[in-house]
Amino acid sequence: MQISGAQMVIEAFIAEGVDTVFGYPGGAIMNVYDEIYKQDGFVHILNRHEQASVHAAEGYAKASGKVGVAMITSGPGFTNAVTGLADAYMDSIPLVVVSGQVPMSLIGTDGFQEIDAIGISRPCTKHNYLVTDAADLPRVLKEAFYIARSGRPGPVHVDIPKDVTAQIAEFNYDIALELETYKPHTKGNPRQIKKAIEAIANAKRPLFYLGGGVINSNAAAEVREFVHTTGIPAVETFMARGTLSHDDDLLVGMLGMHGSYAANMAMSETDLVIGLGARFDDRVTGKLSEFAKNADVIHVDIDPASISKLVNADYPIVGDLKSVVHDMLVHVDKIESDNYESWRETISNFAELHPLTFHEDSQRLKPQWVIQRVGELLGESANISTDVGQHQMWAAQFYPFSHPRQFISSGGLGTMGFGFPAAIGVKAAMPEKTSINFTGDGSILMNVQELMTAVEKKIPVINIILNNNFLGMVRQWQTLFYDKRHSETDLSVQPDFVKLSEAFGGIGYRVKTKEEFDAALKDAVEKNVVAFIEVIVERFENVMPMVPAGGSLFNMMLLEKKESK
Amino acid sequence: MNDSNERRVISVIVVNEASVLSRITNLFSGRGYNITSLTVAPIPESKYSRLTIVTKGSVRVIEQITKQLHKLIPVLRVYEHADIVEKEMALVKFPISENITDIDTLCQAYNGKIVNVGENVVIAMVADESKRVENFLTAIKRFNPKEIVRSGAVALER
Repeated sequence: MQISGAQMVIEAFIAEGVDTVFGYPGGAIMNVYDEIYKQDGFVHILNRHEQASVHAAEGYAKASGKVGVAMITSGPGFTNAVTGLADAYMDSIPLVVVSGQVPMSLIGTDGFQEIDAIGISRPCTKHNYLVTDAADLPRVLKEAFYIARSGRPGPVHVDIPKDVTAQIAEFNYDIALELETYKPHTKGNPRQIKKAIEAIANAKRPLFYLGGGVINSNAAAEVREFVHTTGIPAVETFMARGTLSHDDDLLVGMLGMHGSYAANMAMSETDLVIGLGARFDDRVTGKLSEFAKNADVIHVDIDPASISKLVNADYPIVGDLKSVVHDMLVHVDKIESDNYESWRETISNFAELHPLTFHEDSQRLKPQWVIQRVGELLGESANISTDVGQHQMWAAQFYPFSHPRQFISSGGLGTMGFGFPAAIGVKAAMPEKTSINFTGDGSILMNVQELMTAVEKKIPVINIILNNNFLGMVRQWQTLFYDKRHSETDLSVQPDFVKLSEAFGGIGYRVKTKEEFDAALKDAVEKNVVAFIEVIVERFENVMPMVPAGGSLFNMMLLEKKESK
Repeated sequence: MNDSNERRVISVIVVNEASVLSRITNLFSGRGYNITSLTVAPIPESKYSRLTIVTKGSVRVIEQITKQLHKLIPVLRVYEHADIVEKEMALVKFPISENITDIDTLCQAYNGKIVNVGENVVIAMVADESKRVENFLTAIKRFNPKEIVRSGAVALER
């Protein structure tokens, strides 16, 4: 069929099963928006900033496991979206982001709203395209979706000049992909798998090190089976939260800079790291030369470049985790769970010695209590998004996650302003679940305009603002490492968050006590509208434990024992 | 990463399409890898081009470079072999007043010759292993070369 480039974009989205597109129109993308107006194959959600469109698409993708889609115009529309692309690239989130570009005849002339978009997106996308002929569009869009979701997922950017969206050409989406140069590995090498199983069987203190790849490859069920049949304890990275349920006896906890004492000590004492879809990030490993110093390393990853990048893998296995773990389970009878009894005991002693906890305060609410309380009240019925900072770490530490894709946060890039738009995307993907965004008084202002998006589209995200009148995480570092010189982190001058939400048509609560918090949360869930719950919390609370940047995992700053009165 | 920085030659076969070269060079600059030289030309009768990159790095860095190159979508193959035949060309411009016979003799020892004689200058060409090209360039200093251009290395696995 002969249709315009703009129509091709619509047809391709529908063929890919896209049901939601996040975006913002503008000059160069108007032909496509004209076609969006005419169609009813998918819903378009108008964010109030292009960065938010991409974060919303990320939230949608992370919650649903499908490819998230965002659409933006050229120039500033595109540059606003770059943070989202970079965020998705760091966290391996499958996205297709379509941007308009000035007409071909204007490219290179410094035209109005012209920027070298694919030049800018190159280092922060898995792949990108500038489409110069509408006849290429079906192939390019099909490749874009395939590349985004296959292998190690990631964002793909498609830049389309305005005249190409107007150009008429043949559209046939039912074409075979010919990507000679892109063939991601899925099956793990059987010999390597056998060797890895032998290594596990011979280890005395093996430890599962679960990363975000488990969630990306939808392998949590297989991984749970692997953990339970072998009886080997597991630590999760920040990105892997929810892989094992919070009440799983074999879950030691989250490791890393703000990991639990038990998890970090287990990693320091293990003799065999079984790394599944984790990338040995610096926030996880601390000082590399001291990381799992006496251990051999099994490393399963879809991305060969992640293997032996930072920590040498003794048993490298390239492949899709779901498939590899499935193949490993075949040999699992070689592993004797009883052999690890004393190791499990050692770890539970670590946990008893310094459990992950916090001290209650009679004066002010503790932020950790708020997180825990939401967990008690909503548990698995809520999806949890976060912004970036102290509240994010407390959410990762204290929320009782029970399933994968429940926790949506910006890990690799650490993007403040991620949470609210992401929570909108999460709610759009899973409307039956409550969508909570834990945020701080710093982060929430970085995409606060999304109140309008959520109110307009009736997407009832509940934002819980842990307000300590500080840019808390930076303040914590300044307190600990900069001799309490709190440079530019005091956020005491603030908007009235309740009125702010109300100004956009949402509802707002300001709470200072446990009773008030319970009542506000209950009310917000019942009313099922966009809400801000501002919680006044202890100003100087620190995230503990903490491994100072560059320090060894086992050298943690710990929560001070409470003085007995 | 305290192991020594070794010189390595990496060949990359890529789809010959727009902006593929910048994907490669961006990767090197973005990840802080070193490029000593880079040559690129289309492979005859195919849709591919071949790049030859001379780089320096520890074993781990070189391994990362090859893996990261391979991750780029338009990259078909990456060769990082020690067992290669490697050649580089250099062109050198001399004043006509220098001893052309001596220059010519020297060129021949390095697989080259005088390729152009003009009113004021002669241009000589050599094609040899990069290290030998370097030796040549040292040896001709006494003939007061006015300009030197090197092609960067090209290489084939044996």
